[in-house]
Formats: sequence, C-alpha cells, structure tokens
Amino acid sequence: MHEPRWLPWARWFGLGFLALFTLIPIYVMISSSVKPLRDVQNGFSWIPTTFTLRPFADIWKTVPLGTYFVNSLIVASISAVASVAVAIFAAYAVSRYRFPGRRVFTVTVLSTQMFPGILFLLPLFMIFVNLGNVTGVELYGSRLGLIITYLTFSLPFAIWMLVGYFDSIPRALDEAAKVDGSGPLGALFRVVIPAAVPGIVAVTIYAFMTAWGEVLFASVMTDDNTRTLAVGLRGYATLNDVYWNQVMAASLVVSIPVVVGFLLLQRYLVQGLTAGAVK
Amino acid sequence: MVARTTPHHDERRTAPPEGGPRPPGAGLHGRVVSRIPLRLRRLGLPYMLILPAILLELLIHVVPMLVGVGMSFLRLTQLYIRNWTAAPFAGLSNYQVAVNFDSAVGASLLHSFFVTVVFTILAVGMSWLFGTAGAVLMQGAFRGRGLLRTLFLVPYALPVYAGVITWSFMLQRDTGLVNHVLVDQLHLFGGDRPFWLIGGNSFAAVVIVAVWKSWPFAFLILMAGLQNIDKDLYEASAIDGAGWWRQLRSVTLPMLRPVNQVLILVLFLWTFNDFNTPYVLFGNAAPQEADLISVHIYQSSFITWNFGSGSAMSVLLLLFLLLVTAVYLVATSRRKSDA
Repeated sequence: MHEPRWLPWARWFGLGFLALFTLIPIYVMISSSVKPLRDVQNGFSWIPTTFTLRPFADIWKTVPLGTYFVNSLIVASISAVASVAVAIFAAYAVSRYRFPGRRVFTVTVLSTQMFPGILFLLPLFMIFVNLGNVTGVELYGSRLGLIITYLTFSLPFAIWMLVGYFDSIPRALDEAAKVDGSGPLGALFRVVIPAAVPGIVAVTIYAFMTAWGEVLFASVMTDDNTRTLAVGLRGYATLNDVYWNQVMAASLVVSIPVVVGFLLLQRYLVQGLTAGAVK
Repeated sequence: MVARTTPHHDERRTAPPEGGPRPPGAGLHGRVVSRIPLRLRRLGLPYMLILPAILLELLIHVVPMLVGVGMSFLRLTQLYIRNWTAAPFAGLSNYQVAVNFDSAVGASLLHSFFVTVVFTILAVGMSWLFGTAGAVLMQGAFRGRGLLRTLFLVPYALPVYAGVITWSFMLQRDTGLVNHVLVDQLHLFGGDRPFWLIGGNSFAAVVIVAVWKSWPFAFLILMAGLQNIDKDLYEASAIDGAGWWRQLRSVTLPMLRPVNQVLILVLFLWTFNDFNTPYVLFGNAAPQEADLISVHIYQSSFITWNFGSGSAMSVLLLLFLLLVTAVYLVATSRRKSDA
C-alpha cells in the first residue's frame, strides 16, 4: 500500500492515544502498589515519592488473600484441564467425522456462549441448593460446583479453537497411524494430540483465564472457605479505610500468572481465537 | 458442508477379526464390544466422543435454561428457595409485574433497559472504532510494532476485576488520577472535584471502562482479518490511482465486512450482558444512571429473594437478545447478497 506523507503522523497520534489509554491504568496499578498508604490517601501523584514494598507483604494479612489464591488456583486449574480433556474428544469428532447432528452440536455449544450469564445463575443456584438437599452432594458453596460450572463455560471456545488446530493437522498423518494398526483413538493420542500440543496448551491457558477472571458465579456460589480472588479482592474495598495501595498490589499479584501465561503463548492463543472469525 | 452418515475414515482395524489375536488387556469388555456390528460402532464413535461435552452442556446450560423458564411461572420467593417444588404456580404474573411500567418494578426495569441500550451502542461503537483504527494504523512495518501489539492485548489478558478495580481507584473523587489530571493539572470544572462513581458521570465512567476492556478484542480480530486480505487488491487499486483513503473505503472496509458482521454481534452480546464491569466498578450499589440490566436483575433477585420475577426478567432479556440477533443476521446477510 502506498503510504501518504501524513500517515506516520496519524500513526504516531492514533497509536499513541491508544497506548496511553491502555497503559495508564497498568501504570497506576504498578506505581500505586509501591506507595505507602499515606501517599495514596493524600491525593494522586504520578511519581511515587516514597518507594516501599510493604503493600506486597500486607495484602496477605488484611484479607485472607492466600486462601483466595489457593481456591482460585484449584478451581481454575482443575476446570481448565478437565475442560480441555472433554474438548479434545469433542473437537476430534467434529474435525474428523461427518455425522448427523454435527452442525446442531457445534451451533448449540457456541450459542450458549452468547447467552446472558444471569439467565443461568438463578436456576443453577436453585439446582445446586436443591440437589444438595436431596442427594447430600453439596454443590452450592463448594469448589466442585464452581469447577463444573467453569469447565462448561470454557468448553465452547475450547472446542472451537481445538477444531481449528486439529483441522490444520493433515489427515494423511491419521491415516498413516491407522495403517500402522492404531484405531481412531490411537490416531488421536499418537498423532493428533502430539501435533497439536502448542494449541492444546494455549486452550488450557484460555480456559484457566476464563475461570480465574469469572465474577458473577463466584460471588454467588462460594462461601467463606471457597471464596475465589474475583470476590475476595473486593474485601479490601469494604473496609472503612480503603487500602488502595494494597488493592493495587493485590491486583498486580493476581494478574501476573494469567498475563505472563497469555504473553508467552500469545501467538497460539491469537491464532486460535481469530481462526473462526476470519474464516 | 453436507453431513454424511459415514465417517471419512476406515476404522476396520479397530476390531480384531473374530478369533484373531487380541490386544493385551482386551478381556470380557473387548469381546462384548467387538460383537456390536462394525457399522454401528463406526457410526457411534463420534457420538461417544462428544458425549461428555453434551452431558456438561445439558447440566450447566440447557437444563438450567429450561428450569429458568419454568421458574418464571412460579411464585418463587424466599420461603420456597430450599423447597422449590412447593412454590405455587404464578401463571404470567411475574411477567405482568415486569412489563407493567406504571409499577415501580416495571418502571425501573424499563429504565435499566434503556440505560443498557445506550451503554451498549456507545461501548460497542467506540470499541469497534478503536479496534479498527488500531489495526489499520498497525499495518506496515515500523519500529516497536510487535511490542505495541503485545501491549494492546494486556487489558484483554488481565483478569477483569483487576483491571476494573484499578479504574475504580482512578475514578475516586479525592485520590484518583482522573480528577488529579482534570482538576489539579488542567484546572477544569472551576476547581470542583466531580464524582465519577455516583451521579450522572457514572454512566460515562462505565462506558469508558467497558471500552478499555473490550477494544483489544476488536483489535485482535481485525488484525487477523486485515492479514487475510489479498495484497494484490491494493496493488490493483493503486494502479487504478486509488489513494490511501480510497483504498481504506473501497478495499479494506468491504473486505472486512464478514469479519465485522461476526465481531459486532459478539461485542453487542457481550456488552449488553456485561455484569463484571458495572459490578466491580460500583460494588453493590449501582447508581441509577448506570443501572445496567445484568446487575439490575441480579440485585432485584438477591435483594428481594424473588427468583420468580428475576427469572421472568432474564427470560425477557433472552427473548430481546434473540430477536435482535435474528434481525441483525437477516439484515446483514441480505445486504451482503445485494452487493
């Protein structure tokens, strides 16, 4: 494309604006997390005058952040791994077989992603509470209930992304495995999965991020023992004095695992997320 | 794609011939399986593979949705939450209350609906505009391009609550960055520090935070869409004498049309249903001016513990979204075939 002479200026201005808009909150998060409480309470300043790492030590005492962290870790890891395991089989079927109901399955699964969460919240709450009363399996307030819920939430995108990855693996490789005596499942485990490892890891990260960031169900379906970070972080704000330096430090700490994971696997995630939309 | 009843591949090798050597470990189970006719097993395999996914979808999505529709016809108040089978049938009364705009409940639902419509139009429009501008300006090679692209994706990677809670700190009246810049540094508002999280400004606040959170997704999808445009089209239009603007209007935007069709629908649904942004930004007391529908239904359900009316509101919301989606798909597809 021929670039007009003003384009570098437009680029500088436009991208500069977007970069500032994107980065200012991140800068505020980082710079406020190293300020003493007195400094964040006395009005905002761009440059921290006193540097301290105290907030990073205090966040664990003000609210039981450690418990929330462990809860989030358990719920997000188990639901991510389980979701991807379920999605691998479903995606293999969708990618390699043409069967009646295939389209209905993919369309239904994807469209649930678009429905309002609030629509499922009340009935699921009722089902979990009453299932507990009838069977004694306490899903309400338990990690298990949250794990099943999150695992299903990430399932549609996990299947969609994995179908994309599996489609890009030549079928000739499956055939070769079958000639060697593997069944269709053998071909899946010996050929397709090993060839799709980067994609599978990316989808696992995506499912983990989904569970790690979910707020609505976490705020209703958990109790004091099973509370996750999404709800627990608000604990700093309900105190009489909001410890904003600690809130920022805690936000930073809980963001690091997912942001690092996302950035490391950016290429595969972006490829998977965009594959369906641009096809 | 036409669905076919036979799989693409021959899996005859999965069934060892009767009496032939069996793989180790194939005991009684293996024998039973191999007696099932081969054709049937071949047909059944894809269904076995999607079965776990179907069961989970049924348990968490489909059944609750149907239960939710059922609940909307019950007088499901606090008394009956732990014993819902005893809840009396309410007919359409939950719906009548929700759409009776003379009553307090109906009037506030309608208000919340209109707030959400305006919020969605603004937030989706700005997210799309930012995403398009970002993606178009990122075309071409320049220094720092890769770094910038990564930075733009950070709000998307950040857990929603961490990003939004930072905005709520920035929007604090006395200690926030926004008033520091606007009042202390730019001397606007005649030295009065406005409130951003209560009152009329809260609407602007929630729109901006929603755009901050969702424009990177638009950017991501549009970047991929731009990469798929055939470079020859630009060469050809350049030979025809088209300048940069002309190419943007006659090549780039028309070629992005299918991508935009999906992108705008997805952004619309996510934004309209957004619960996280207002809930984390305002906490339990959403201001009237920024009373978005998801939080509205959530609060009216859990404050009154009237799940029957909450379900009726959710069903109305779903019907509205289905209607908009259907109209949107018909309208955008027809225009596409006209072109």
